[in-house]
Amino acid sequence: MSTTAIPTGTKWWSGGKSPFNVSYGKVMMWYFLMSDAFTFGAFLISYGTIRFSVNHWADPNHVFNAFPFAGHANLPLAFVSLMTFILIFSSVTMVLAVHEGHKMNRKGVEKFMLLTILGGIAFLSCQAWEWTHLITGDHAVLVNGQIEHWGTTVSKNPWGPEVLFNGKEIATPGPIAFGGYFFGITGFHGFHVFSGVIINITMYIKTKLGHFDQRGHYEMIEKAGLYWHFVDLVWVFVFLCFYLV
Amino acid sequence: MSQHYENPEITFQPDHSGGTSRIWKIFWVLSALTIIELALGYFLYLKHGHLGYTTVLTTKCVIAILTIAKAYYIVSVFMHLGDEVRNLIMTIVVPLVLFVWFIIAFLSDGNSWKNLRNTDGGSRPNKMEQVEKAPTENETHH
Repeated sequence: MSTTAIPTGTKWWSGGKSPFNVSYGKVMMWYFLMSDAFTFGAFLISYGTIRFSVNHWADPNHVFNAFPFAGHANLPLAFVSLMTFILIFSSVTMVLAVHEGHKMNRKGVEKFMLLTILGGIAFLSCQAWEWTHLITGDHAVLVNGQIEHWGTTVSKNPWGPEVLFNGKEIATPGPIAFGGYFFGITGFHGFHVFSGVIINITMYIKTKLGHFDQRGHYEMIEKAGLYWHFVDLVWVFVFLCFYLV
Repeated sequence: MSQHYENPEITFQPDHSGGTSRIWKIFWVLSALTIIELALGYFLYLKHGHLGYTTVLTTKCVIAILTIAKAYYIVSVFMHLGDEVRNLIMTIVVPLVLFVWFIIAFLSDGNSWKNLRNTDGGSRPNKMEQVEKAPTENETHH
């Protein structure tokens, strides 16, 4: 079998060959990712529905304006941009690992898989910091005429509309759904990143042990790569729905 | 040395002889699109309260379109779907068209709930929201 251009007029559906021209494992990975896309899509659309149905929603530029070691500096979008670029870059190292795999270059695959794993761990660390910062936050909220100090959790939302109280502007409790959607969706995505890192570590070990050289191809790296790019793809939409708009 | 392995499911081996220049090109495209998105996000932040409803909505739509462009590049180049045969592309992309109606139907339903909430027939907005709504006029969309 040689690399030839596919002749026009190939009868894909006449039997004797796969109409998709890829291995069974890769077709099934694509179908899994498609179903996963519907899961994430359903979560995000549900979030959008609730957000559209209320008069006030938390302003992301106020909720996500912190940066590690920057104290109380107001830096909207900064930290999440860092997380986005980490994930884009780890996507690039992943596709480079797949490329080295096509060339049967074991050392190259090892190098780029390692970089991808590090990118994934860096992203997870960022998310851990962000969650901790939100949950342990301390925001003054006016509840039944009393000032309370709340963090952002699945049951508390200190980012409601502001009212005047004793001559000062103070926030009131916002829709309770905010924390549930934020932690639920970014948590589900973070869990995908986590399992992606585990899969990538497994692939790195298998590469190091020479399993793919023995097999004669690096298709497992391609399949792990599909999963990893999907994680990046979902983040693009989480970034849009929670932080940008 | 390039990989060649016998697999009955693969009739035509794809060409893997290319270099990495395309990968890096797409990396720069994705970075540029992200930076434009962030610039528009900062624009909305800095001008918050001074922009009309249409301007805010248009900017948010532009950001959403840029996001879809990023998704296209990731799927087409990084996931190599663009290099696969048409049959595989169609079996993945066509079902995703359901999202178009999915988004329109649910978001307009959410919007309808908000409108009902703010009428006499529905559960009216609580006093806090009415107080809040008085000074700022465009609380209809966030």
